[in-house]
Amino acid sequence: MITVLGTGAQALVQDLGRPGLAALGVGRSGAADRASLRLGNRLVANPPDAAAIEVLFGGLALRASRDLLVALTGAPAPASVDGRPVGHFALVPVRSGQELRLGVPTSGLRTYVCVRGGIAVPQVLGSRSTDLLSGIGPAPLEAGTELPIGPEPSEFPLVEVAPVAPPPAGLVTLRAVRGPHASHAVDPGGLATSPWVASDRTDRVGMRLEGATLEPADGAGTLPSIGLTRGAVQLPPGGEPVVFLADHPVTGGYPVIAVLEDAEVDRAAQIRPGQQVRIRLRPS
Amino acid sequence: MTVLPFGDAALLVTHEDPVALGAACRSAAFAGVLDVVPAAESVLLVCTPGTDLGGLRSAVETLEVRPVEALDAGSVGIAVTYDGPDLDEVASLTGLDRAGVVAAHTGTPWRVAFGGFAPGFAYLTGGDPRLHVARRSSARTSVPAGSVGLAGEFSGVYPRSSPGGWQLIGRTDAVLWDLDRDPPALLVPGAEVRFVES
Repeated sequence: MITVLGTGAQALVQDLGRPGLAALGVGRSGAADRASLRLGNRLVANPPDAAAIEVLFGGLALRASRDLLVALTGAPAPASVDGRPVGHFALVPVRSGQELRLGVPTSGLRTYVCVRGGIAVPQVLGSRSTDLLSGIGPAPLEAGTELPIGPEPSEFPLVEVAPVAPPPAGLVTLRAVRGPHASHAVDPGGLATSPWVASDRTDRVGMRLEGATLEPADGAGTLPSIGLTRGAVQLPPGGEPVVFLADHPVTGGYPVIAVLEDAEVDRAAQIRPGQQVRIRLRPS
Repeated sequence: MTVLPFGDAALLVTHEDPVALGAACRSAAFAGVLDVVPAAESVLLVCTPGTDLGGLRSAVETLEVRPVEALDAGSVGIAVTYDGPDLDEVASLTGLDRAGVVAAHTGTPWRVAFGGFAPGFAYLTGGDPRLHVARRSSARTSVPAGSVGLAGEFSGVYPRSSPGGWQLIGRTDAVLWDLDRDPPALLVPGAEVRFVES
């Protein structure tokens, strides 16, 4: 068991989500940065889809009520166990009774606290993920929340440290291809040439880009709704594109002018409000 | 049928009957397809990254798409109290009176075209074309659960309280979404829906 002592802006249980339910109006959800969740699970030798804690902008504090093996991945929040600094992308033992605390990350947005055995809250529709758009899954964590830990996996950790680069603090360039409605922007190439800034109107549903606007073409407001994916770049009437993230709506009616490459969406989920963003479009 | 690229892990397939295409894609159980997302005039095939999209495109293009009979997906009756706050507005927009709106809404069966907006929300099509009305010019910040609305060619029932811009003509006690039910959604794509006045 883990007892949550406090959270920062937001802390959620996330695994790799619940694919296959869009026809019922339920999106996949899951970790916003799936690559970091997978890496953390690999370090502690969990299955790749084991549930972990997704911490937004640090601030989580928790106490172990049994000996745990933990890996921190994603945004590098300064971390300590009973006041002793511990590293990211590495195996961290947390003894029963000890407290793990995360400060504010030096770059990136979301830190993953992966515990050997996984967070074992009950599944909802096959997943332990909290979908903030659908309101499905466990409630956001708060002080006093107790989280069960699953049984020891049969595999054992093979490496103690993963040499990976933390999310960048400066300009981030995201690779994308043109979307099915690229021609519904007056200047579709403007997505690639404009200097975008991640808006503070950014959450697990999507990241809004500001700093420029793209003018929707005539008729862009009357498109039939289409299915959406994580990484779809939608152009609402105001002209500020939205990059959909983990908790995106399953369908939508505004033009999809580009789609990020799948792996790029994990990097997009680590971009902070105010950070500069470029979109590199390749022909599809 | 037109198959359009949608990033490196999905294909958008436009089709005149997305419900039938969606059903055919589900039965075909294509390798690598994680989700089949029917929408207004298309189906999105969401794939595991690395799926051979060229091969999938060929497989989709040769797929036999048969119309879905309502019986396959079931038929649902929904009892509605027609006292919605926009009933007079809809009557005025359609040139019908209140009783005429009710008669039109209950007179012909609807069909679930696709989901979205919220878990259990279903976009219903195929109703009386006289009921095509624009959304409200401004959305309500809170629409009660069970509200029955119209927007464009669609009718729908709000599964839970949420913001919404549809024209509200009535309300129902039907439970649209229940996680303890399998499937949790009352209305699944292809199902026939008959509204009755309660």
